[in-house]
Amino acid sequence: MSEEGPKTTDRSGSMEVMIEIIDMHKWFGEFHVLKGINLTVEKQERIVICGPSGSGKSTLIRCINRLEEHQRGRIVVDEIELTNNLNNIERVRAEVGMVFQHFNLFPHLTIVQNLTLGPMWVRKMPKKEAEETAMHFLNKVHIADQAKKFPGQLSGGQQQRVAIARSLCMNPKVMLFDEPTSALDPEMIKEVLDVMIELAREGMTMIVVSHEMGFARSVAHRVLFMDFGQIVEGNTPEEFFKNPKHDRTKLFLSQILH
Amino acid sequence: MEEIVENFAAEEVKPPVASVGVMGWVKENLFKGWFNSFLTVVILYLLFKVIPSIFEWMFIDSVWSTTGEGCREAAGACWSVITDNLRFIIFGFYPYDQQWRPLIAMFLLFGLLFYSRNRKHWNRHLAYGWLFGLFAMGLLMRGGMFGLSTVESTKWGGLPLTLLLSVFGLTAAYPLGVILALGRQSKMPAIKILCVVYIELIRGVPLISLLFMGSIIFPLFLPEGITIDKIVRAQVAIILFTAAYIAEVVRGGLQGMSRGQYEAAESLGLSYYLTMRLVILPQALKIVIPPTVSILISAFKDTSLVAIIALFDLLRTTQTVLSHPKWMGFSPEAYLFIAILYFLGCFSMANYGRKLEKELSTEY
Repeated sequence: MSEEGPKTTDRSGSMEVMIEIIDMHKWFGEFHVLKGINLTVEKQERIVICGPSGSGKSTLIRCINRLEEHQRGRIVVDEIELTNNLNNIERVRAEVGMVFQHFNLFPHLTIVQNLTLGPMWVRKMPKKEAEETAMHFLNKVHIADQAKKFPGQLSGGQQQRVAIARSLCMNPKVMLFDEPTSALDPEMIKEVLDVMIELAREGMTMIVVSHEMGFARSVAHRVLFMDFGQIVEGNTPEEFFKNPKHDRTKLFLSQILH
Repeated sequence: MEEIVENFAAEEVKPPVASVGVMGWVKENLFKGWFNSFLTVVILYLLFKVIPSIFEWMFIDSVWSTTGEGCREAAGACWSVITDNLRFIIFGFYPYDQQWRPLIAMFLLFGLLFYSRNRKHWNRHLAYGWLFGLFAMGLLMRGGMFGLSTVESTKWGGLPLTLLLSVFGLTAAYPLGVILALGRQSKMPAIKILCVVYIELIRGVPLISLLFMGSIIFPLFLPEGITIDKIVRAQVAIILFTAAYIAEVVRGGLQGMSRGQYEAAESLGLSYYLTMRLVILPQALKIVIPPTVSILISAFKDTSLVAIIALFDLLRTTQTVLSHPKWMGFSPEAYLFIAILYFLGCFSMANYGRKLEKELSTEY
């Protein structure tokens, strides 16, 4: 762990548990999407989840902020268990940032209004302070000059960076990324990954569903491979890419790493 | 190849002469192909035949201020039917010497409506302005305070009544419709079923039957001694009816919203109420401005149906004038006048809808 890169800069001595998932199951009607997921995420840990489409990886992270409801097992986020208690759900959501494949910015609001909405209405922050926070994070994703525009006027890469900034404005403890670069044109992927790498360097706890293996190699502490609703294997990126243990993992890697 | 491309980029190429200017426009829009040319000629011929005679009837041979007999001798339009009866058409049975009161009330209403056109004026002061305005209008119409004599609502009629029914009918129906649309989307079965039943029941019934029920059947169920004003009953019927239609249009808008918008709002920790108020409704209601305006326009015109429960709205006062022997047979003139008033109302609503759409657009 002495090489350069964000991995070396953090996680020193922190072994607190941020997210704990115990024997979690989920069905869509009759279809068993997640079959007994066990996963512990420590504070400041960064996890990349990969796997074929339909393997349940998006559903897994969507369960973590209750965009999907799990039917069996437990999910505990920052010591709050996700149950049907609406209060708990809203508390967890305010602590967990989510970035979507299709950005999901609010098209009727300007960029800066997109960013201040959460802080002002959920955190009850005064407007001026919320706008300062918004500008701070827009600066951070290198897009402050677009603050007064509407989402429709921005490129895909810019929109995704705004979406990341929008989540950061809520000062989240965990960030979830659901295929953040797969709807982007190739030349825009890097600008989004750069922002995510910067975020990693600062010690954010992150769970990223992605097929960007370069990103996984340079940023992740662990790479998980999912197939048919199960976590097939998980390892450090070095081991994961060099010595995949399962045949399914080998097959998958051979398919995406031409 | 390379050279040609560069040439095009460097020089500014003018469009062909035939496609610009007056001649270009005429050729493009009136005489494009033999069929369009044929249509243009036929329509021009019909206009040439019709317009002069209409003009003659309306302005040259018309009489503006005579009695009924003078009208019968005139070859053109008899505008006297309006000029002679204007105050009755506009104010109905409101006491003649008190008619300045509804007049001021109407100006107050127009003033407020006009001021509210600008979205920049939508703030707390405007809300107070409306509250005060409503109070003042009510006071002017009804009287009984500050030395104004009381005028019972049974005497209200004409244009003030039409405006009262439509302005309050539409402004109350809109929020009710939005709530019904949200209710119909609710995950709670009881609320959902209630809203579905309400919407389908009301939409499945003509407004006339609702008005009848409100004015004849409903009072039978009230305890003795309690009466509810007839205008209020008609007003409620109009609100309930219009709300059901608005609900379905708004539901269309809600269904047009992507799942991602809900998820993004929820993942920020916004509650259902805030998600709807800040994210979903502003977008959904904007999408459905055109059909909403259509419904409001048709509801505005439908207020004339209150005539069948013996309320004297604008249309009914006009018909009353026409039933007088002196003015019988001059209905084209009278209805033309009413049509113009209704058109002004509908056209300003349509216009305002377009203005709102433009202002709220975030596409470039």
